[in-house]
Amino acid sequence: MSEIHRRFLNAVERMPAFPKSVHQVLALTSNINCSQKQLVEVIRLDPVFTLKILKLVNSAFFGLAREVTSIHQASVYLGLNTLKNVALGLAAIGVFPRDNPAGLDMDAFWLHSLAVATATRMLGEQIGVPHDEVTDYFAGGLLHDVGKMVFALYMPGEFRQALDIAAREGRRLLDVEVQVFGVSHAELGAVLARKWNLPKNLAVCLADHHAPRAAEGQPLVDCCFAANQVVKRIGVGAAGDKVVEDLPEGVRQRFSTDVAGLVAALPDLPVEIDKARVFVRLGEDVA
Amino acid sequence: MKLKFYGTRGSMPAPGPDTLRYGGNTTCIALTGDAGERIILDGGSGIRVLGLELARRMPVECSIFISHTHWDHIHGLPFFVPLFVAGNRITILGPPDPLAMQGIENVLLTQLAYPHFPVRVAELKSSIAYETLRDRQTVRVGSLTISAILMNHPALCFGFRVQGGGKSLFFTGDHEPFGNIYAPGDPEYEEYAAIVRERNEGIVEFIRGVDLLVADSQYTDEEYKTKFGWGHSTFEQCIGMAKAAGIGRVCLTHHETTRTDAELSRIGEELLRRHAGEDIEIRLAEEGADIEI
Repeated sequence: MSEIHRRFLNAVERMPAFPKSVHQVLALTSNINCSQKQLVEVIRLDPVFTLKILKLVNSAFFGLAREVTSIHQASVYLGLNTLKNVALGLAAIGVFPRDNPAGLDMDAFWLHSLAVATATRMLGEQIGVPHDEVTDYFAGGLLHDVGKMVFALYMPGEFRQALDIAAREGRRLLDVEVQVFGVSHAELGAVLARKWNLPKNLAVCLADHHAPRAAEGQPLVDCCFAANQVVKRIGVGAAGDKVVEDLPEGVRQRFSTDVAGLVAALPDLPVEIDKARVFVRLGEDVA
Repeated sequence: MKLKFYGTRGSMPAPGPDTLRYGGNTTCIALTGDAGERIILDGGSGIRVLGLELARRMPVECSIFISHTHWDHIHGLPFFVPLFVAGNRITILGPPDPLAMQGIENVLLTQLAYPHFPVRVAELKSSIAYETLRDRQTVRVGSLTISAILMNHPALCFGFRVQGGGKSLFFTGDHEPFGNIYAPGDPEYEEYAAIVRERNEGIVEFIRGVDLLVADSQYTDEEYKTKFGWGHSTFEQCIGMAKAAGIGRVCLTHHETTRTDAELSRIGEELLRRHAGEDIEIRLAEEGADIEI
């Protein structure tokens, strides 16, 4: 193994694991006989998780008539099934610190990720992906750039340089990463996906979201690639890469249009992104 | 105000010789106000028959209130003929989907998608408006006033209080009384019990004094022992709720899928015997039955 790879594997090892409570929630919620008492206990003992749930439950999406101030109240109001699904939805958000020494703007980063997640989901729906798979499209979009967090947290000085070079020279951040580090955020994303035991299609999405040709025939990768270009073009959030790439032939064929055409085909995207912004707000105070 | 049951069955349609009297279609209730306002509560399979009746006198103007979006309360919607015909004006109101972070419009979009149905929402010719409801929100339809309250079910589920012409009714949607997840003796028991009490009493106050309670009473007491947390009430819980709220008339519905006419009649007779002499009129909902309120 080369020195550079050893260095990055060490960095990945130091990346935050999913918190224990998240693991427990994932385990409990995959059991059809999940006990409401157990679920409430796991959430109650994790103040960060509790706060996130209370914020979501009190958001306009639930439209409750009064403010819910405790996890017990949330449990009575929502019941096991809704609480279980809310907990599952929130589990992965907020794993990362909000400040990083590279100065990467985390609000802008997650907004970009969320926008790509939303657009990936919408493109998946457009090409007729079954409803139950669409959640994977959202997750793939949300996590596509997560490899950048390894640079931002553990190689902040060099990452700052890479961000500056990409901005100054108008180059793809991915190419600058390879020049500066010898490895890209897509490769690190793939390593993280393995560490976190993400499903294979998500791992492929993280690895190949800049190289749909390498993952030919993978609709999730095509959607994520296209969504990333659409979001960069309409300029929602930022993750250090402003270059809007043309769609490769295979991706173009799948959607029968180019990036501009996709922007026009997704008139509801800004509204949908606004709806999903609550997840960014949820993470604001609790990380 | 007039009420007619087009669907009384819970969970899944149950057609066949054993369900002729009480009905095999899933939940759908038509309400007509004194000025002819038309409100539909839930879009279970019963709404298909109602749609055919309405289609004889078009244009149709109606508001469909969806208590919650579980299949048995929406699976008739794609077969509601007035949706397909230009000139009809239909409003669909119901709870949000807090996980998809989408409104009630997502119901039809999901149902009328390629894998499930050959027609897309964009192809429906009627004028459809959507309103996503909030807990304790009140909506007016002509002279009728409809207020929503969040109930207890494994999905966001509203009960609806409908008032008009000096009369009122409450429809529970699907509902199970709030219960305590802790056991007596657990340190958290009392705190949780207080919240449960407040929620149950809140509903009783909300429905106090209506002229008719239409309530989900899927289970017998015996069945409920193994169905705790499934989101449905027993016959006795519904009668108890009516009595607690000073309601003199209760109509029990959302019949268990497997329950035959003979079993329901037997249960009905037993309930009448048990509550004889009490100041409450108890009846089981029958598909096709009209009730004047």
